[in-house]
Amino acid sequence: MGVLHRVKNWLDERFGWHEIRAFIEHKTVPVHRYSYWYFLGGMTLFLFIIQVITGILLLLYYRPSTSEAYESVQYIMTQVPFGWLVRSIHSWSANLMIFTAVVHMFSVFFLKSYRKPRELTWLSGMLLLFIVLGFGFSGYLLPWNTLSFFATKVGTDIAGQMPVVGKWILVFLRGGEDVSGATLTRFFGFHVAVLPGIATTLIALHVLLVQRFGMSVPPSIEAEWEARPTERREIRFFPNFLLRELMAWYVALAILGGLAALKPWELGMKADAFAAAPPGIRPEWYFMFMFETLKFIPAKIAWFEGELLGILGFGAAFLAWTLVPFFDGGRRGRAQKLITGAGVFALAYIVVMTVYAYIAK
Amino acid sequence: MSDQSAFAQDQPERRHALRIFLGTGVAASLASFLYPVLRYIIPPKTVEQTTGNVLAAHVGDLKPNTGKIFRFGNRPALLVLTADGKYHAISAVCTHLNCTVQYRSDLHAVWCACHNGMYTVDGANISGPPPRPLEEYDVILKGNDIYARRRENA
Repeated sequence: MGVLHRVKNWLDERFGWHEIRAFIEHKTVPVHRYSYWYFLGGMTLFLFIIQVITGILLLLYYRPSTSEAYESVQYIMTQVPFGWLVRSIHSWSANLMIFTAVVHMFSVFFLKSYRKPRELTWLSGMLLLFIVLGFGFSGYLLPWNTLSFFATKVGTDIAGQMPVVGKWILVFLRGGEDVSGATLTRFFGFHVAVLPGIATTLIALHVLLVQRFGMSVPPSIEAEWEARPTERREIRFFPNFLLRELMAWYVALAILGGLAALKPWELGMKADAFAAAPPGIRPEWYFMFMFETLKFIPAKIAWFEGELLGILGFGAAFLAWTLVPFFDGGRRGRAQKLITGAGVFALAYIVVMTVYAYIAK
Repeated sequence: MSDQSAFAQDQPERRHALRIFLGTGVAASLASFLYPVLRYIIPPKTVEQTTGNVLAAHVGDLKPNTGKIFRFGNRPALLVLTADGKYHAISAVCTHLNCTVQYRSDLHAVWCACHNGMYTVDGANISGPPPRPLEEYDVILKGNDIYARRRENA
């Protein structure tokens, strides 16, 4: 008996390895014309794993202080072997991860996978999306360049406009009244300790819930299968689905490698707290639609500050979106159409505003 | 377990009292952990050193119809020399969302690059999203130095 076999037996006696194996071998995944959308969640997970690995690598050289942050990233980009690659992959992967997470969310929304009993899966996913945006926002500041400095000023100020708790949140986020070295230290802490902890826990919960309830079949497909039961198709999770998923991961990796090699992430100019905001200042693309909206809102609407109304409006919209499984409630007809309509509107609004922001500058 | 619950049912008041003691104890310990943490995450206030005169620039630093950012305490401020030779000092922190404004010679106005907000050289908000004017400071000329000072009534 080989060593490997003995180790396997040893583990089997203690943990019942064959049961886990049997379980994995019996797990199946539905197959239909929308199945491709199923890969996006896994792709997001893959990009998150890349973020963890490249993030740890960046930690070996990065220094979180106003006098050293910019220089240390510059050092990583110019001196450390493959530093440019690691940092570019981290930045590009962050953007791709947000993209895949958002597309995953919309696909789940339109395929109505959030319906009973998967409400909590949707909720944990929405929380994860906010955490991912938090990763993006906090990580953006870490190189301490002009663009990120002003983006952080604006972003934290928006949070500070919330009624009652706004001021408290602003001081908490900034580590003082202004964006300064204290903010950088805090954002670093959020980015490498607080958020990864929460994200890992939520991802485990999210995946467990997906496993518990299985993958959702969209209502239209469900209806077709009920009418013609012979058309119902499933494939085994292992190895059939997993191998396909792995191919999707390879595609993501290829895109990532191409982007990082051909368009290395820029570092920009070092932030100066006593310089004017340069023209063309803007947040990352995923905040652009909100940024552009805020430009359009006049200073005063009736006796409210326009800014506050805009922020409260977005807040209410995000809250409603997060709670959509509870509005849907298995109702048919009008309510369903209304929810799909709202989704189409949201998607169109985000796309149009983002594109407009880049065209109009 | 069943013995205990039967016992508890016999003496409901005693169980209730124990629950209150236990609950209060746990709540008190949680509060004693959380209070210092909540206080810790809000940093101590720093003293603003902007009561006196702040040196903004020297005469001759600025050409007419240009502006310059200077440090006013721990915030940026803007000194503008208009085309007709008058100095204006205003806060450079946009009242909209905190960006740092700049003087635009081509527009003869103060402009915020972040959301296209526009102010006059004395800080009045004239277009774009800014909800309030920028704070205007007094400009004091002493020999070759130009100082800015917060207004008494402001």
